[in-house]
Amino acid sequence: MSARSVSESTFDAEVLQSARPVLVDFWAEWCGPCRMVSPILDQIASENVDKLDIVKVNVDENPNLAMQYQITSIPAMKVFKSGEVAQTIIGAKPKAALEADLAAFLA
Amino acid sequence: MRNVIIIGSGPAGYTAAIYAARANLNPVLLASSVEAGGELMNTTEVENYPGFPEGIQGPELMTKMQEQAERFGTEVILDDVTEVSLGGEVKTVKTGYSGDFEAASVIVATGSAYRKLGLADEERLSGRGISWCATCDGFFFKQKTIAVVGGGDSAMEEATFLTRFASKVYVIHRKDTLRASKIMQDRAFANDKIEFIWNSEVVGISGENAVDGVTLKSTVDGTESHLELGGLFIAIGNDPRTHLFHGQLELTLDGTIAVDGRSSRTNLPGVFAAGDVIDPTYRQAVTAAASGTVAALDAEHYLASLEQEANHNPEIASAVAATV
Repeated sequence: MSARSVSESTFDAEVLQSARPVLVDFWAEWCGPCRMVSPILDQIASENVDKLDIVKVNVDENPNLAMQYQITSIPAMKVFKSGEVAQTIIGAKPKAALEADLAAFLA
Repeated sequence: MRNVIIIGSGPAGYTAAIYAARANLNPVLLASSVEAGGELMNTTEVENYPGFPEGIQGPELMTKMQEQAERFGTEVILDDVTEVSLGGEVKTVKTGYSGDFEAASVIVATGSAYRKLGLADEERLSGRGISWCATCDGFFFKQKTIAVVGGGDSAMEEATFLTRFASKVYVIHRKDTLRASKIMQDRAFANDKIEFIWNSEVVGISGENAVDGVTLKSTVDGTESHLELGGLFIAIGNDPRTHLFHGQLELTLDGTIAVDGRSSRTNLPGVFAAGDVIDPTYRQAVTAAASGTVAALDAEHYLASLEQEANHNPEIASAVAATV
């Protein structure tokens, strides 16, 4: 299962208004580490379907979202809870490290 | 038990895998979960790897090396090594979530990791204006004034690349001459957007939620000054990635894994090392690849000698039969 993409037009409904926490993976085609972390996030998503939603934002296609959330390094993963950023993880990490960072949302 | 485990997936690791696989050793290559492909994954155009007169993109070169290694039967596993036990005849390598691997020989090709400035605010502002990867993060610094710290090839490459996005790129260097190759220096000098700040080191980084400037200290007279910046790229070199092997493999004074002469043999029988992790000097894709070849040939020779020994000593023949 691959995480679905959200865009500037769907971000509000799919992320900010979501009843569940949503992890947004800010990425781009040209970012090697993003390609490495993407399948790991897909795994975490499929193992935690009832706890955490995971979506992707392509920063090339959605520069305003990247600017609004002050992205200066990707992959950048932000967990949104009730419309607010509850956690930020920057850089590709192994699965166990990501799970540890996200423990509060996966419990 | 396997013949050979290769740790690392840069040019040294993949080249070792190509040779080992072609020698029918069925290598397993532990490539790391998020840094597979190594340092070249963070570069753009590679112009000095023979056989590619038009140049080749770093990530593409690494994909090709992986394909070539897999073509001859290398098993590539995208996972991180967490612990090794290399002293005995059977070497054990533990991974994050792919289980444990055992082999008669191990090739260490773990490369090197970016060196940090070692400043108080560096960690806090990492990914918030501080970056070690221009190709990854340059996009976010459009029309900003930024700086690159360093005087080597990678600093020049990053500075030149970043002028595609930034309006101004300072290069901050401790000395008044560069370590970078002539062609990389000339490119940087010819670029109107690049300005050099010589004889200066970064002693402080400021910014609440994002980098807004640095404090520079003159290496000549010690005077300090402030420079406003929208981003800071650090390219001051690399340190060999040896933490997994401390206490097992001997290191040199440079911090690289010690090998015997021009071979890849470490202090432990059956353990070989190749690439940037043994090389404090040259650190090129092509020298790493060559070094990977040496390691594969040394490992092949070692495994053959084990087999020969077993033929003369029936007691260990059964143990080796499982290997070969």
